Parts: sequence; C-alpha cells; structure tokens
Amino acid sequence: MLLANLPALQVVIPLVSAPLCLLLRNPRHAWAWATLVSTMVLAVAVMLAQRVYAEGTISYAIGAWATPWGIEYRIDMAGALMILVIAAIGAVIMPYARRSIRHEIARKHITLFYTCYLLCLTGLLGIVVTGDAFNLFVFLEISSLSSYVLISLGSTRRALTAAFQYLVMGTIGATFILIGVGLLYMMTGTLNMTDLAERLPAVTDTRTIRVAFAFVTVGVSIKLALFPLHIWLPNAYTFAPSVVSAFMAATATKAGMYVLLRFFFTVFGNQFSFTAMHAGEILMLLAVAAILVASLVSVFENNVKRMLAYSSVAQIGYTILGISLASTAGVTAGMIHMVNHALIKGALFLALGCVFLRLGSVTLKDMHGLARHMPWTMAAFVAGGLSLIGMPLTAGFISKWYLVSAVLAAGYWPLAVLVLVSSLLALIYIWRVVEAAYFNAPDAAMHKVKEAPASMLIPAWLLIGVNFYVGIDASLIVSMAQQAADALIGAALQ
Amino acid sequence: MSNLLGHYNYWIVIILMMTGFYTVIARPNLIKKVIGLFIFQTSVFILFISMAKIEGGSAPIIAEGISVYSNPLPHVLILTAIVVSLATTALGLALVVRIREAYGTTNEDEIHVQDEQD
Repeated sequence: MLLANLPALQVVIPLVSAPLCLLLRNPRHAWAWATLVSTMVLAVAVMLAQRVYAEGTISYAIGAWATPWGIEYRIDMAGALMILVIAAIGAVIMPYARRSIRHEIARKHITLFYTCYLLCLTGLLGIVVTGDAFNLFVFLEISSLSSYVLISLGSTRRALTAAFQYLVMGTIGATFILIGVGLLYMMTGTLNMTDLAERLPAVTDTRTIRVAFAFVTVGVSIKLALFPLHIWLPNAYTFAPSVVSAFMAATATKAGMYVLLRFFFTVFGNQFSFTAMHAGEILMLLAVAAILVASLVSVFENNVKRMLAYSSVAQIGYTILGISLASTAGVTAGMIHMVNHALIKGALFLALGCVFLRLGSVTLKDMHGLARHMPWTMAAFVAGGLSLIGMPLTAGFISKWYLVSAVLAAGYWPLAVLVLVSSLLALIYIWRVVEAAYFNAPDAAMHKVKEAPASMLIPAWLLIGVNFYVGIDASLIVSMAQQAADALIGAALQ
Repeated sequence: MSNLLGHYNYWIVIILMMTGFYTVIARPNLIKKVIGLFIFQTSVFILFISMAKIEGGSAPIIAEGISVYSNPLPHVLILTAIVVSLATTALGLALVVRIREAYGTTNEDEIHVQDEQD
C-alpha cells in the first residue's frame, strides 16, 4: 500500500510537513523536524530510484484518475537520477544548516526558514516527478516562491533586492512557461506530457506550436539561468544565506535543466526541437558565451561567493552544451554534469559557508592566511576546486571527459578546446583563493579564528568524498545517465 | 478587417501583456514593477479563459437539448494560476516593504546608488 504510493509520498511528505513545521515555534524543534522530513524524503527517493532502475518507468495516477484526464506522476530514469540528487543534497545540508542558520538568520525567522525550505524541496521534487505540463508550472512556482523567501533571509539588505530581482525575473519566466503550456493546450486539448507528445505531430507545423516552443524555451532558460538570462543568479547566490546558496546551486538550476530536457525531448520531440526549430544551434551559441564570459568574470571577482556564482553560470553552460548536441552522448554528458556539478558546487558553497561562519566575510582580502586557522575547511574548498577544474580522480574529470568525447564525436573540435580553456580559467580563479588562504600572511585579527564545527565540516566533506568516489567509480551515474539519455532521445524517435 | 476584429480577445491580451511587461522593465519604482507584473500575469489568464469559450456553447452542465458546452478546464487551471499570482504579488509587495525599511526608498535607481556606496 505504502510502496505503491511512493511517487505521491515523494511530494506529499514535505508538502504536509511544511505547515506542521510552522507550528513548532522553537527553532531547535523546527530544525529537528526538517531534518527528519528530509531524511524521509531521501529514503523515498532511494526506494523510487531502485524501483525505476529495476523495473523501468513508473506511472502513477493521482487520486486514481486515469491518465490523460487525471494528473499523472511519471518517473523515468532521468527523473530518478534528479530526485536522488535533489533529495540527497536536501538531506546532507540539514545537519550543516543548524549552526549556519543560527548564525546568519534572526531567531524569530528560523522556523519560517525551515518551513520555506521544506516547501522549496516539495516544489523541486514535484517538478521532477510530475508528468503534467500545468502541474509542472504549479510546482515550479512553489519552489520559486519559497526560494525568493529563502534568499531574502540573507544577512545584508542586498539580499532583499536580490530576492526582488529574482522574483521579477522568475515570475516572467514562469508566466512564459504558462503561456507556452496554454498554447499547447489550445492546439491539442491535453496537458499530459505523454499525451501531448502523441498529439503534437499532427499540428506541429503551425505558428501556434512554434510560438509555444519559443515561450517555453525562453521561460525555462530564465529559470535555469542560461546566459544572457542569468543576471538574477549572481546576486541571489551571493547574498543568500550560505546553506541556501549551496542548496540552490546544487538543485534549483538542475530542476530547470530537467524541465528543458522534458519539453525538448519528451513533449516537442527531438525532430521538432532540433531540426525544425534549430534549438541546438541557438543553445550551443549561448552555452559557449556562458562558458567564456562567466568564467572570465569569475577570474576577476574578489568576493568568493560571487566568484562561485559566476562559475555556476559557466557550469550551466557545460550542461547546455551537452544537451545542445542532441545526441545520446551529448545528453548523457549533460546529465552526468548536472549530477557532478550539484556535488561540486554543493561542497564548495558549504565550505565557503564555514568560512563565513568564522570570518563573517568571504572576500579574498579577508581570507589571507586562513588555511592556518581553518585547515579542514580550506582543504575541502581546494578538493572541491580540483573537482571543478576537472582533475583526474574527481567527479569533474568524469563530466569533462564525457563532454569532450561527445563534442568530438559530433565533430566540433573547437568546442573541445573551449572546454579546456575554460578549465584553465577555473584553475586561475580557484588558485586565487588558494593563494590568499595558503600563501598570504594572516592579519592580526585572524588569530581569533577557529576551525568550523564538525556538524558543518562533515556534510561538506561528505560531498567531497562523493566527488572522489564518483571520480574513481562513476559506473552507477554513467549507466543511469546513459539509460536516461537513451530514453529521452528514443522517446523522440518513435 | 473582420479577421482583426474577430480576434479582439487576443488583441486585449497582447495590449495588457505588453503594458505589464513594459512597466516591469521601464519603471524604476518597485511597487509599479509589482503592479506591472500583475497585469502581465492577468493577460495570460484572459488568454486561457478566452480559449475556453466556444461559440454558442452553454455552461458545462449536462442538460437536455444542449449539445455544445464551453470548456471548463481552463477556468480551473486559471483559478490555480490566480492563487499563484496572488502569492507572487503579496510576496513582491512584502519584499518592497522590507526594502523600503532597509533603504528608505522604493526607487530602483536610488537603491543602486546606495549599493554602489557600500
């Protein structure tokens, strides 16, 4: 009974827990509750992923209303991989959040923070499991609205303007998606994604469908911060509380990419998206611009959090570059990088949160000589940085390996050079942090700085550990990504 | 000409959408931005609702002698979307209140100037 309803539980558990969390006035209780819930969510995600891995795609009719009339939850291999990433990151950051949040957020707001966190988790998981285009919009807005609140809880006033800017851009993006879904419904009379895919080919050569495609693409591109629609991201990540930066960098943009994959491959189909509408060429151009421009901006940035934020924009470019190839190898590379970037940026932002806890600042000049006082934190940062650069034996290397092979297989060798050049740029900006923390003499004020507490170091090192594990044995992630890519591209070929 | 007038609902949608969008982009006042965003979203609601109307269609209640019904589904969808838009507007205005408390202004240009000074 319980097992049969796992797809619904994946979303319902955090959704119902959020208002209950609000009733717990005590911050400690709210934290314990959110930790318990996120652990349960992870357990459900693992069970679901196992089932998908063993038995194939799960289709679940909400309220037993038969598809396509009712809302269908549909989890295939790509979805299984995504819920694993989102739920795992969501659970790993909770032990970390207790100290970090107590330091960065006013006591009276802490309960609200955990409530919004659970809602955000609900929305992100919902985006992945749903098989209904309108339901996807609703979940997107649940996750977006709660993430605006999470960002606005940052410790400086600029967090408020960053949240407002994200609210304006995010709402425009979501409304664009809504327009696209409306136009699709107008032409096909259905909202179920599988059903849409079956009915679309009959009407595909109309202006309405082309306009719908354009609206959905631009809307999703805002949500996943594709260059040049990324301008909300650097401020949002820089001024959000540390835990929120880690959570958002690791999950929110990934959910956006998942939506892009769903619409491009499952709903509109490979043929229409890439041959008729030339989305591949456009995305490739934007991805190249994202990788180059954002990496260059990172090199000159003195605030390390903002440096990582711009680096995220570049890394989003890698994933989009993989997807834009529209080949099985390319989509596989994109999916692998989605997972690996969640691990890398999650770990880096967590390490940076430890620095912020002890130092109250994350600018390069304040970090001089920090490694002597916070050796474990800075070692985690360096290890994460190596993975970001793409050192062998780290997750980042696996991503770049698959991406470069996919790019070469498609015959775009200049793009392979580009990936290597931007890895060098990553080396430069990570090196600037290393130089400040390891080779510069500490200030007098630095003597009071202690190592971060174990409750924050362990989650950061856990993610670092997974980074190295994936770097050494990537077979599980690669096989899941390959199956997901096969299913996505295969669905389009039918 | 009749084609242009026949699609008057779409013209209303486009005019509202562009009015809202322009306000969001061009107005420095944050409250006006929120209002623009709301108008922008409302135009999409009208797009959905007007597509549900079927000429000569009656309300979707089964009754004798009626065979053409308007589509009730877009209304239901938009009911949800209105709730979302309400939440967005409320959250946007709440953020504007907090921004005014922190900066003493709701003008985007003045906020930028203050941010540069920090």
